[in-house]
Amino acid sequence: MSGLVIEREVLIEAPVDLVWRTITEPDQMSQWFADRVDLVVEPGAHGYMQFGDQGGPVVVETVDPPTRLSFRWNYPRGEEPVTGNSMLVEFALTPMGDEQTRLRVTESGHELRDWPDAEKQRYADEHSGGWPKFLDRLVGVLTKPSR
Amino acid sequence: MTVQVDDQLWSAIADPSRRRVVDLLVDNGEASAWSLAGHVPFSRQAVSKHLVVLEDAGLVRRRKQGREVLFQIEAERLDQASRAMADLAQQWDRRLASIKRLAEAAHAEGKKARALTVGRRPS
Repeated sequence: MSGLVIEREVLIEAPVDLVWRTITEPDQMSQWFADRVDLVVEPGAHGYMQFGDQGGPVVVETVDPPTRLSFRWNYPRGEEPVTGNSMLVEFALTPMGDEQTRLRVTESGHELRDWPDAEKQRYADEHSGGWPKFLDRLVGVLTKPSR
Repeated sequence: MTVQVDDQLWSAIADPSRRRVVDLLVDNGEASAWSLAGHVPFSRQAVSKHLVVLEDAGLVRRRKQGREVLFQIEAERLDQASRAMADLAQQWDRRLASIKRLAEAAHAEGKKARALTVGRRPS
Protein backbone atom coordinates (compact mmCIF):
# COMPACT_ATOMS: atom_id res chain seq x y z
CA MET A 1 0.00 0.00 0.00
CA SER A 2 3.03 2.25 0.28
CA GLY A 3 3.55 3.30 -3.26
CA LEU A 4 5.56 1.67 -5.94
CA VAL A 5 7.95 -0.94 -4.73
CA ILE A 6 9.99 -3.62 -6.32
CA GLU A 7 10.62 -6.45 -3.92
CA ARG A 8 12.75 -9.51 -4.52
CA GLU A 9 13.85 -12.27 -2.22
CA VAL A 10 16.32 -15.11 -2.09
CA LEU A 11 17.09 -17.92 0.37
CA ILE A 12 20.80 -18.37 0.95
CA GLU A 13 22.51 -21.43 2.44
CA ALA A 14 24.88 -19.44 4.62
CA PRO A 15 24.76 -17.80 8.06
CA VAL A 16 23.51 -14.24 8.35
CA ASP A 17 26.93 -12.76 9.29
CA LEU A 18 28.48 -14.10 6.15
CA VAL A 19 25.66 -12.78 3.97
CA TRP A 20 26.04 -9.41 5.68
CA ARG A 21 29.73 -9.32 4.82
CA THR A 22 28.95 -10.26 1.23
CA ILE A 23 26.59 -7.33 0.79
CA THR A 24 28.62 -4.74 2.70
CA GLU A 25 32.34 -5.31 2.05
CA PRO A 26 33.47 -3.23 -0.93
CA ASP A 27 35.60 -5.97 -2.52
CA GLN A 28 32.58 -8.29 -2.30
CA MET A 29 30.17 -5.61 -3.52
CA SER A 30 32.18 -5.11 -6.66
CA GLN A 31 31.52 -8.78 -7.48
CA TRP A 32 27.74 -8.63 -7.41
CA PHE A 33 26.81 -4.99 -7.71
CA ALA A 34 28.82 -2.43 -9.59
CA ASP A 35 32.07 -2.65 -11.49
CA ARG A 36 33.63 -0.23 -9.05
CA VAL A 37 32.28 0.44 -5.58
CA ASP A 38 33.65 3.40 -3.69
CA LEU A 39 31.69 3.29 -0.49
CA VAL A 40 32.10 3.07 3.26
CA VAL A 41 29.10 1.35 4.81
CA GLU A 42 28.33 3.86 7.53
CA PRO A 43 25.16 5.87 8.07
CA GLY A 44 25.32 9.11 6.09
CA ALA A 45 28.38 8.09 4.08
CA HIS A 46 28.54 9.38 0.50
CA GLY A 47 29.90 6.99 -2.07
CA TYR A 48 29.99 6.27 -5.77
CA MET A 49 29.17 3.29 -7.94
CA GLN A 50 30.45 2.73 -11.43
CA PHE A 51 28.62 0.53 -13.93
CA GLY A 52 30.58 0.25 -17.15
CA ASP A 53 30.91 3.82 -18.39
CA GLN A 54 28.01 5.01 -16.26
CA GLY A 55 27.92 5.71 -12.58
CA GLY A 56 26.26 7.64 -9.84
CA PRO A 57 26.45 8.74 -6.24
CA VAL A 58 25.01 6.75 -3.38
CA VAL A 59 24.24 7.80 0.18
CA VAL A 60 24.04 5.21 2.93
CA GLU A 61 21.02 5.57 5.18
CA THR A 62 20.59 2.71 7.67
CA VAL A 63 23.32 0.33 8.81
CA ASP A 64 22.13 -2.18 11.36
CA PRO A 65 24.41 -5.24 11.24
CA PRO A 66 23.68 -7.96 10.39
CA THR A 67 20.06 -7.43 9.44
CA ARG A 68 19.42 -4.06 7.77
CA LEU A 69 21.16 -1.92 5.21
CA SER A 70 19.68 0.83 3.12
CA PHE A 71 20.93 3.47 0.74
CA ARG A 72 19.56 6.07 -1.64
CA TRP A 73 20.56 6.54 -5.25
CA ASN A 74 19.24 7.88 -8.55
CA TYR A 75 18.88 11.43 -7.33
CA PRO A 76 19.51 14.63 -9.29
CA ARG A 77 23.11 15.72 -9.56
CA GLY A 78 24.05 18.35 -7.00
CA GLU A 79 21.12 17.59 -4.70
CA GLU A 80 21.05 15.75 -1.39
CA PRO A 81 18.94 12.62 -1.65
CA VAL A 82 15.72 12.74 0.35
CA THR A 83 12.33 11.10 0.13
CA GLY A 84 10.89 12.34 -3.11
CA ASN A 85 13.94 12.82 -5.32
CA SER A 86 15.66 9.46 -5.03
CA MET A 87 15.25 5.71 -4.94
CA LEU A 88 15.59 3.91 -1.63
CA VAL A 89 17.15 0.46 -1.68
CA GLU A 90 16.71 -1.61 1.46
CA PHE A 91 18.22 -4.97 2.31
CA ALA A 92 16.61 -7.04 5.05
CA LEU A 93 18.40 -10.16 6.27
CA THR A 94 16.56 -12.73 8.35
CA PRO A 95 18.45 -15.64 9.89
CA MET A 96 16.65 -18.94 9.33
CA GLY A 97 18.49 -21.08 11.83
CA ASP A 98 22.31 -21.13 11.86
CA GLU A 99 22.90 -22.08 8.27
CA GLN A 100 20.31 -20.19 6.26
CA THR A 101 19.47 -16.57 5.61
CA ARG A 102 16.54 -15.00 3.84
CA LEU A 103 17.63 -11.89 1.98
CA ARG A 104 15.01 -9.47 0.76
CA VAL A 105 15.64 -6.34 -1.24
CA THR A 106 13.16 -3.60 -1.94
CA GLU A 107 13.60 -0.59 -4.18
CA SER A 108 11.02 2.11 -3.78
CA GLY A 109 10.44 5.36 -5.53
CA HIS A 110 9.25 8.84 -4.93
CA GLU A 111 6.40 8.04 -2.63
CA LEU A 112 3.22 9.87 -1.91
CA ARG A 113 5.09 13.06 -1.37
CA ASP A 114 2.40 15.56 -2.23
CA TRP A 115 -0.46 13.77 -0.59
CA PRO A 116 -2.02 14.95 2.66
CA ASP A 117 -2.11 12.18 5.28
CA ALA A 118 -5.88 12.27 5.63
CA GLU A 119 -6.35 11.70 1.94
CA LYS A 120 -3.77 8.93 1.96
CA GLN A 121 -5.62 7.20 4.78
CA ARG A 122 -8.99 7.62 3.13
CA TYR A 123 -7.65 6.20 -0.08
CA ALA A 124 -6.03 3.29 1.75
CA ASP A 125 -9.25 2.56 3.61
CA GLU A 126 -11.36 2.65 0.50
CA HIS A 127 -9.04 0.30 -1.28
CA SER A 128 -8.08 -2.02 1.51
CA GLY A 129 -10.22 -4.68 -0.14
CA GLY A 130 -7.68 -4.72 -2.91
CA TRP A 131 -7.13 -2.34 -5.76
CA PRO A 132 -5.04 -4.57 -7.95
CA LYS A 133 -5.43 -3.11 -11.39
CA PHE A 134 -3.05 -2.67 -14.21
CA LEU A 135 0.17 -1.32 -12.71
CA ASP A 136 -0.50 -2.74 -9.30
CA ARG A 137 -1.12 -6.14 -10.77
CA LEU A 138 2.15 -5.71 -12.57
CA VAL A 139 3.91 -4.77 -9.34
CA GLY A 140 2.38 -7.89 -7.81
CA VAL A 141 3.76 -10.07 -10.54
CA LEU A 142 7.16 -8.50 -10.19
CA THR A 143 7.32 -8.90 -6.45
CA LYS A 144 6.57 -12.60 -6.42
CA PRO A 145 9.72 -14.28 -5.12
CA SER A 146 11.33 -16.03 -8.01
CA ARG A 147 12.68 -18.92 -6.00
CA MET B 1 23.98 -3.87 -17.65
CA THR B 2 22.30 -1.12 -15.68
CA VAL B 3 18.87 0.05 -16.72
CA GLN B 4 18.05 3.60 -15.87
CA VAL B 5 14.36 3.97 -15.25
CA ASP B 6 13.26 7.23 -16.75
CA ASP B 7 12.86 9.52 -13.74
CA GLN B 8 9.80 11.28 -15.02
CA LEU B 9 8.08 8.04 -15.90
CA TRP B 10 8.96 6.55 -12.57
CA SER B 11 7.68 9.40 -10.47
CA ALA B 12 4.55 9.53 -12.60
CA ILE B 13 3.63 5.94 -11.80
CA ALA B 14 5.09 5.89 -8.28
CA ASP B 15 2.04 7.65 -6.90
CA PRO B 16 -0.86 5.27 -6.19
CA SER B 17 -3.49 7.89 -6.99
CA ARG B 18 -1.95 8.41 -10.42
CA ARG B 19 -1.88 4.67 -10.95
CA ARG B 20 -5.57 4.69 -10.12
CA VAL B 21 -6.13 7.31 -12.83
CA VAL B 22 -4.12 5.18 -15.26
CA ASP B 23 -6.20 2.13 -14.33
CA LEU B 24 -9.43 4.01 -15.00
CA LEU B 25 -8.20 5.15 -18.37
CA VAL B 26 -7.10 1.63 -19.25
CA ASP B 27 -10.58 0.37 -18.33
CA ASN B 28 -12.65 3.15 -19.87
CA GLY B 29 -10.68 4.25 -22.88
CA GLU B 30 -11.17 7.99 -23.28
CA ALA B 31 -12.45 10.03 -20.37
CA SER B 32 -12.63 13.62 -19.17
CA ALA B 33 -11.26 14.82 -15.83
CA TRP B 34 -14.86 15.27 -14.72
CA SER B 35 -15.90 11.71 -15.40
CA LEU B 36 -12.69 10.33 -13.86
CA ALA B 37 -13.29 12.34 -10.70
CA GLY B 38 -16.54 10.41 -10.22
CA HIS B 39 -14.53 7.22 -9.64
CA VAL B 40 -11.82 8.42 -7.27
CA PRO B 41 -11.78 9.71 -3.70
CA PHE B 42 -10.12 12.98 -4.68
CA SER B 43 -11.27 16.19 -6.33
CA ARG B 44 -11.46 17.01 -10.01
CA GLN B 45 -8.64 19.52 -9.46
CA ALA B 46 -6.47 16.72 -8.08
CA VAL B 47 -7.40 14.52 -11.04
CA SER B 48 -6.45 17.34 -13.43
CA LYS B 49 -3.10 17.74 -11.70
CA HIS B 50 -2.40 14.02 -11.96
CA LEU B 51 -3.37 14.08 -15.63
CA VAL B 52 -0.84 16.86 -16.27
CA VAL B 53 1.93 14.83 -14.61
CA LEU B 54 0.93 11.75 -16.60
CA GLU B 55 0.82 13.79 -19.78
CA ASP B 56 4.29 15.25 -19.11
CA ALA B 57 5.59 11.71 -18.64
CA GLY B 58 4.00 10.76 -21.95
CA LEU B 59 1.61 8.25 -20.40
CA VAL B 60 -1.58 9.99 -21.51
CA ARG B 61 -2.53 12.30 -24.34
CA ARG B 62 -5.36 14.78 -24.55
CA ARG B 63 -7.81 15.57 -27.30
CA LYS B 64 -10.40 18.31 -27.57
CA GLN B 65 -13.91 17.35 -28.48
CA GLY B 66 -16.19 20.35 -28.60
CA ARG B 67 -15.82 21.99 -25.22
CA GLU B 68 -14.61 18.79 -23.56
CA VAL B 69 -11.03 17.66 -23.10
CA LEU B 70 -10.69 13.91 -23.30
CA PHE B 71 -7.74 11.90 -22.05
CA GLN B 72 -6.45 8.60 -23.33
CA ILE B 73 -3.63 6.21 -22.44
CA GLU B 74 -0.47 6.14 -24.55
CA ALA B 75 -0.26 2.37 -24.79
CA GLU B 76 3.31 2.29 -26.04
CA ARG B 77 4.61 4.41 -23.20
CA LEU B 78 2.71 2.37 -20.62
CA ASP B 79 4.23 -0.74 -22.11
CA GLN B 80 7.64 0.90 -21.83
CA ALA B 81 6.94 1.64 -18.17
CA SER B 82 6.06 -1.98 -17.47
CA ARG B 83 9.16 -3.17 -19.25
CA ALA B 84 11.35 -0.74 -17.31
CA MET B 85 9.97 -2.16 -14.07
CA ALA B 86 10.41 -5.73 -15.23
CA ASP B 87 14.04 -4.91 -16.11
CA LEU B 88 14.61 -3.43 -12.69
CA ALA B 89 13.22 -6.53 -11.02
CA GLN B 90 15.38 -8.76 -13.20
CA GLN B 91 18.44 -6.75 -12.31
CA TRP B 92 17.82 -7.37 -8.64
CA ASP B 93 17.25 -11.05 -9.33
CA ARG B 94 20.66 -11.24 -10.95
CA ARG B 95 22.29 -9.38 -8.07
CA LEU B 96 20.63 -11.57 -5.45
CA ALA B 97 21.69 -14.68 -7.36
CA SER B 98 25.29 -13.41 -7.30
CA ILE B 99 25.12 -12.66 -3.56
CA LYS B 100 23.76 -16.18 -3.00
CA ARG B 101 26.55 -17.72 -5.04
CA LEU B 102 29.29 -15.70 -3.28
CA ALA B 103 27.98 -16.29 0.24
CA GLU B 104 27.34 -19.99 -0.29
CA ALA B 105 30.79 -20.51 -1.81
CA ALA B 106 32.41 -18.68 1.12
CA HIS B 107 30.36 -20.71 3.58
CA ALA B 108 31.32 -24.01 1.93
CA GLU B 109 34.99 -22.93 1.99
CA GLY B 110 34.75 -22.04 5.66
CA LYS B 111 33.19 -25.37 6.50
CA LYS B 112 35.86 -27.27 4.62
CA ALA B 113 38.61 -25.32 6.41
CA ARG B 114 37.01 -26.00 9.80
CA ALA B 115 36.60 -29.69 8.98
CA LEU B 116 40.31 -29.90 8.13
CA THR B 117 41.27 -28.16 11.38
CA VAL B 118 39.04 -30.47 13.39
CA GLY B 119 40.38 -33.47 11.45
CA ARG B 120 43.97 -32.55 12.32
CA ARG B 121 43.35 -31.97 16.00
CA PRO B 122 43.56 -35.60 17.25
CA SER B 123 47.01 -36.23 15.73
